[in-house]
Amino acid sequence: MTISAERPTDVVATPPSTSGAVRRGGWFSQHLGTALIAAILGYLFGHWLGNHIAGNYTPVVNSGVNDLANFFGLLFGVVGWLLGIGALNYPLAKIAGRSGTEKTPDVEGFSKYFRYSTDHKTVGLQYVIGVCLFLFTGGLLAMAIRTELLNPTTHIFAPSTYIEIVSEHGTIMMMMATSIVVGPLGNYLIPLMIGSRRMAFPRIEAFSFWIFTAGYMVIFSALPYGGFPTGWTGYAPLQNQAGPGMISYLFGFAVIGLGMMAAGFNIAVTIINYRAPGMTWGRVPIFVWSILATAALLTLATPVLFSAGLFGILDRVDQTAFYVAEHGGSSYLWENLFWFFGHPEVYIMALPAFGIVAEILPVFCRKPLFAQKVGAAGMIGVALLSFFVWQHHIFQSGINPDMRPLFMLTTELISIPTGFIFLVGMGTLYKAKIRYELPMLFSLALFFNFLIGGLTGVFLSDVPVNVTVHGGFFVLSHFHYTIMGGLLFAFMAGLYYWLPKMTGLMLNKKIGLWQFWLMFVFFNLTFFPMFIIGLLGQPRRVYTYAKNLQGLNDFSSISAFILGISFLIFAWNLAYSWFIKPEKAPANPWDSLGLEWQTATPVPVHNFDRIPVIMTDPYHYGEPGATALADLSGVSSSTGNPA
Amino acid sequence: MKNGEVNHLRRMGSAWAVIAVVADLVYWFAVGPHVPPGRLTEAAKNNQMDFNILMLVALPVLLGVWVYLAYSLRVWSAKRGGPEPVGGPAAASNRRTQVLWISITSVAVLAAAAFGTVALIVDHGSGGGEGPNPVWMPTGAAKAETAALAGKATWAPGTNAVLPVQVIAQQWKFTYRYPTFGGFESPDLILPANTSVAFNVTSLDVIHSFWAYQLSIKADANQGVNNVAFTETKGPGQFVVRCSELCGIWHGSMYNYGKVVSQGAFMQWAQQTEMANAANTKLLPPFAYTYAPDANGAAGGLYPDGTVTPYNSSLTYGAKQPAS
Repeated sequence: MTISAERPTDVVATPPSTSGAVRRGGWFSQHLGTALIAAILGYLFGHWLGNHIAGNYTPVVNSGVNDLANFFGLLFGVVGWLLGIGALNYPLAKIAGRSGTEKTPDVEGFSKYFRYSTDHKTVGLQYVIGVCLFLFTGGLLAMAIRTELLNPTTHIFAPSTYIEIVSEHGTIMMMMATSIVVGPLGNYLIPLMIGSRRMAFPRIEAFSFWIFTAGYMVIFSALPYGGFPTGWTGYAPLQNQAGPGMISYLFGFAVIGLGMMAAGFNIAVTIINYRAPGMTWGRVPIFVWSILATAALLTLATPVLFSAGLFGILDRVDQTAFYVAEHGGSSYLWENLFWFFGHPEVYIMALPAFGIVAEILPVFCRKPLFAQKVGAAGMIGVALLSFFVWQHHIFQSGINPDMRPLFMLTTELISIPTGFIFLVGMGTLYKAKIRYELPMLFSLALFFNFLIGGLTGVFLSDVPVNVTVHGGFFVLSHFHYTIMGGLLFAFMAGLYYWLPKMTGLMLNKKIGLWQFWLMFVFFNLTFFPMFIIGLLGQPRRVYTYAKNLQGLNDFSSISAFILGISFLIFAWNLAYSWFIKPEKAPANPWDSLGLEWQTATPVPVHNFDRIPVIMTDPYHYGEPGATALADLSGVSSSTGNPA
Repeated sequence: MKNGEVNHLRRMGSAWAVIAVVADLVYWFAVGPHVPPGRLTEAAKNNQMDFNILMLVALPVLLGVWVYLAYSLRVWSAKRGGPEPVGGPAAASNRRTQVLWISITSVAVLAAAAFGTVALIVDHGSGGGEGPNPVWMPTGAAKAETAALAGKATWAPGTNAVLPVQVIAQQWKFTYRYPTFGGFESPDLILPANTSVAFNVTSLDVIHSFWAYQLSIKADANQGVNNVAFTETKGPGQFVVRCSELCGIWHGSMYNYGKVVSQGAFMQWAQQTEMANAANTKLLPPFAYTYAPDANGAAGGLYPDGTVTPYNSSLTYGAKQPAS
């Protein structure tokens, strides 16, 4: 496959930002501070408006609670946030009939990280900090849960507080996990890996990040409202019965959902249309494949959640009855809509993890990626099948009983394409020369953890066994093994692997090794006992349990605290390697053949001076004299056409 | 194929075979019989068996990957300074391996699905909630359920009749109703041994889940819906009932204990309770599979005309109440 002669000229279009007009961002331009102020003003306005419209109506007499005021407060708060950060400048200018075509130049310097930046590299790093904030908040709540469960009879929290904590933990972690890889690594690396100078829709990309941060604040606004008691699944009619914090949950998911749809759409379009010449589908790196499959899920599954949340808000605010059986609605409607999104959602979390480890393994094995096409097919297969398994979450709920064998079958079928990832991994290890660097250790840990998570999934999908394990600690442990043991370990692998490229600074290996071993060992010691706790009959989301389970629960709790410390060590590593003792990263510290490592570090504003011409796939390790990955002197030189 | 390659795989394979067989044997004889939910009912026994059979397959898979990982991470570590890996198309894909892998996983997965389906059907839904219109029922269940609705259901020791029991979940307790004994309500769940039981699970408010752990019964309780689950009790024993669907702040405290007792003892308890409760039972609405109050019911006002019922109007007592 050689370069097509026609494409180059339009690929080497004008660079996205006009470097001549660098804007100095002052205190009075738009940044995080103005966004916060506008959000608060928006909230106050919305709250006033809601009370003005529906002040006479409260669902509970004299409760002083007006759901419309809460909803409008949050809605206008988010609008204010977007206005304040500058997300709406361009669309508003267009609506006003002014020329919106000229690109707002990006601000240079450190303050760009607090602004509405359309550079995918800035957005990627913003996302790193954003998801870490999400992750650490959710993690703190997990520590609180484990503290409460130290003793079945002595309680640290009131039951109402405990249920708030559990619900916030689940929801925050789920929201965070939708974007933890796609956001930071997807946005930063996709253009670099496919040889593009930018994402397809830079403004939509920036929008996806800032709406994501708005979602973080919306879900937190539940706490001052007294939280919500439904867990992250938000089942109705408990949802209808819950206090005003429920609005934050419903609207929070809608806000995060907007970000997910925007990110998915932008990434899918970028991957399909912005590949460099010569980057055929067979040469697309496996990480890009995984992100493409994820983007498809983000774009197609999230609208269902968005609508379901809207129905929930209408039920509360406008007294519709979508989910209220006694008024002709159905509690099954929410269950089905939620899981129709919810199951693709868990693969939104799994697929990028597969992509990261498959991308990292060949580098540290010095061998080509084994069965790359099977791996990519597996990811697409998982993505497709994930739309047909959702009722396995509600096997015992009283759904049409005839459907259960079908969903048992589809659920078990999904382990076939998932198994492809193990084929890829194990095949790559075969007769390799393995270097145990941190990214490799974290990647290998995924195979260990995800195997346990995946196999226990087969038990859960078996309807008879599901009777015992559904709704208990067994399933809780199962999804922590897949999401935390899979996604979070892969995320760490990705950070240790790519942060040197993104920041130009190496992360300290010694501190990283402490983090890895504590995290790996105590992750397993925290969650493995939970399989047994679940089998012994402990349901999820309870503050009390059988006396004889205290030993196991305590073991799990103490391990969880040490697991928590491993994340502090990670935070320490970031602080140490970035600020205390920065060590400059070599241009290609891992000797990778990947295209993202072939540009300069730090990555120039336009990524590639010339659009590279891709010659082959990036996994030709152990092949002296193999074709170079790409002609970096680019199209322009090969066509004799200066950029 | 070079000798070296064959040796690696053979070494891994033989190590795996030994470990897997030992693990399976140890599991089957030492662990399997003690796996929850035990053997208090037919469903529990079968579900324990299903779990153990899945484990017999899962253990070798788990150990296979672990043996492979342990072996390759040790033998092919860069620290050992082995030969440089050989790249090229042969290292990047191998049709035989790929076809073999896909075939083996597909067969295993399809077998697991077929096995689960058979177990589900043979065991009358395996103790899981089958919804208002169950398809896999024990013999006599349909008859007993219909009779219960007409107020004509009877149960006596030694008759092999199916015993319908209604489970009414509400925030945050379970109440049990026995239509075969005049429809009395009790906070205690007492069941006769060696009897087929049909649990009719419903809720008065939010979604709960009736999880009788040692009976291996789990059925969500939805307002206005009758979710039916079946099992056959074995010998006498105790069990715990927990709510396993988050239902609000006191969800953690929503549990109680039940007993399987001999058929004679059950009969005695039921008749005594029926008599003791007679005055209260009279005030209750007639037995129905959904327990939603109507215009005349206890809470009142939810079904003004008695016709709005989510699933089957003939099964809701609201349809039959005379106007007050």
